[in-house]
Amino acid sequence: MDVSFALTGKGYVIVAADTTAARSIVKMKSDEDKIKVLSPHLLMAYSGEPGDTVQFAEYVERNIRLYQIRNTYPLRPPSAASWIRRTLADSVRSRHPYAVNILLGGYDTSTHTPHLYWADYLGTLASVPFGAHGYGSYFALSLLDRYHDPEATLEEGLAVLRRCIEEVSKRLVVAPGKYKVKVVDKDGVREIEL
Amino acid sequence: MSFMDHNGGSVIAMVGKECVAIACDLRLGSGPQGIASKFEKIFPMTDRVYVGLPGLATDVTTLHEQFRFRLNMYTIKEEREIEPEKFAHLVSSTLYERRFGPYYIEPVIAGLERLPSGGYKPFIASTDVIGCIDWSKDFSVAGTASTKLFGMAEGLWEPDLEPEDLFETISQTLMNAVDRDAYSGWGALVYVITKDQVIKRVLKGRMD
Repeated sequence: MDVSFALTGKGYVIVAADTTAARSIVKMKSDEDKIKVLSPHLLMAYSGEPGDTVQFAEYVERNIRLYQIRNTYPLRPPSAASWIRRTLADSVRSRHPYAVNILLGGYDTSTHTPHLYWADYLGTLASVPFGAHGYGSYFALSLLDRYHDPEATLEEGLAVLRRCIEEVSKRLVVAPGKYKVKVVDKDGVREIEL
Repeated sequence: MSFMDHNGGSVIAMVGKECVAIACDLRLGSGPQGIASKFEKIFPMTDRVYVGLPGLATDVTTLHEQFRFRLNMYTIKEEREIEPEKFAHLVSSTLYERRFGPYYIEPVIAGLERLPSGGYKPFIASTDVIGCIDWSKDFSVAGTASTKLFGMAEGLWEPDLEPEDLFETISQTLMNAVDRDAYSGWGALVYVITKDQVIKRVLKGRMD
């Protein structure tokens, strides 16, 4: 099943998600990108009902970009989180809710701080130092409780992420093989090879 | 399958001598798994009106935004700040609008009511999910640890507690009640509201 993690550090947020697209017992694709780049300093990892996920993620991506086009500057992470949450909260009581859970990581270029938000399909939003969705969270969150350091360098943060991935690979029956890892900091978004 | 137990959390308010206190835990969970330990459930609406919103977390945020909007409209139209009792009615009508598809929240309201003489009278109230108001005289409790909060408060509360004593009483009531509830805890905070100031204190509690 979909596994995603994210953690904050000194001036950055790391967001990681598995790259497996499966239906029942068949692994259809192993290079699926489940982390959307919403703006130069905003990343969103999504998971949940297949179909809903990509539809919702693209809807969010386009609307965040529309704001940037209209206002010439991008939405700050807390504001983007609030807008996304409102979309999910309105959806949950509609005729067909989006069953999508997300991790939103961003760097606020005006206050120079990293932000990470955990949100679920109900429209629950929490600002967290680290977070995870899916079965992988049962293994990752305790490791992150123990080893996470909000002032860690990027290398130290990646080492902690590696621990989480290794634990999931070792202990989860349906462990994914590969992960995509993206980092957002003052210089923007880039992909990292673990 | 109860939506009230999905995220967890509890709130309590108590009346003192010319002061009120309102307190909540800080846990946000997804069922038995803890997600966040800084999820505050108490929101200042004006300097003297506070509301605690325990229940389903998505509705906590939605209702906070709704109340902020309606309160701002009230302030603009009335050209004065809302009083606690009126705010309780605002809460009630907002919830009853969703009578057949309710918000899964049981709000607790605490504040200081302005008297014609110029002084202030302590005020607390709570409502159910569809806005039935309970005008308490001593304490109001809500959330997953409500039964435990009732027991603790009944035992520890007495009338006319000074602000410092009220703080101790409400803190002990909350801490011991949430320690018996799996879905509440992971930190706590207390607001003590008097006519001159509001003190917000973060409590150190068991993080299990």
